[in-house]
Amino acid sequence: MSTTLAPAEVEVEEPLDAEVPEHDRPWVVIVWNDPINLMSYVTLVFQKLFGYTLEHATKLMLQVHHEGKSVVSSGNREKAELDVARLHAYGLWATMQRD
Amino acid sequence: MFQRRIERTADGEIRLHLVDEERALIREIAEELGSLLDESPDDPSLRRLFPPAHEDEELEREYRDLTGGQLAAGRERSIEVLRDSAGQAVLTQEDADAWLRAINDARLVLGTRLDITEDFDWDAFDASDPRAPELALYAYLSWLQEQLVEAI
Repeated sequence: MSTTLAPAEVEVEEPLDAEVPEHDRPWVVIVWNDPINLMSYVTLVFQKLFGYTLEHATKLMLQVHHEGKSVVSSGNREKAELDVARLHAYGLWATMQRD
Repeated sequence: MFQRRIERTADGEIRLHLVDEERALIREIAEELGSLLDESPDDPSLRRLFPPAHEDEELEREYRDLTGGQLAAGRERSIEVLRDSAGQAVLTQEDADAWLRAINDARLVLGTRLDITEDFDWDAFDASDPRAPELALYAYLSWLQEQLVEAI
C-alpha cells in the first residue's frame, strides 16, 4: 500500500499506450462526485486510506467536487479492487477502469 | 450557537457531549439501519452503500463475490459499535472510526430516500413538509459528522 505523498503515477520508462497490451495496462481508481458525502469527510477518508497529506487529499477532493471525478490511486487489478473496496466501506462512490 | 457535541480533548480523547435524547436517537438510527440491511438488503435506499466497482458485468460479479461479504460484515460491525457506544462519555479512535462510517451510511440512506441534490435549498426548509422529520434528521447527522471529522 502506498503511503507516500507522491501522486499515484510511478515514473518508469513508459512505452506509448498503443504498444502496451491491454492486460499490462494499470487500473485507475476513480472517485465520483456525489451530493451526500461531506467535503471534509471525503478529504479525511483519502488521508486515512492512502496516507495522503491534508494538502494532497484536499486537492483530490476539490477535483472530485469541481470536475465530477478524480483518480485517487492506481495499480494492478488486485490493488485497485482492494482500494475500491476500502472506499466503498467508507461509502464513497468509487469505480475502477483500465488506464 | 449550538454547543459542540463531539470534541477532541487536550489529551487526545474523543469526548461526547450528547444529551440522553440524542443518545437514544443515535441508538434508534443504528438499530433501524441494522435491520434494514439485515432484512431488506435490496431496498433501493441502500443502493448508495453498494455502488458498482466495474462497468463490465462479469468483472462486477467477480468483485461482488470477492468483497460483498466482507463489506456487509464491516457495515454491520460499525453499526453495532455505534449502537453499543452511544451511551459512552468517551470514544476510542476505533469506536470513532465506526461512528464515522455508520453515521455516513445513515446519511447515505436518508439522502437517497430524500433525493438530496448538490443544490438542495435548505433555506426553503418547511416544517409542514411531510419529509421535514427526515430532513431534520439528515441535517442533524451531517452536523454531528462534521464535528466527528474535526475531532478525528
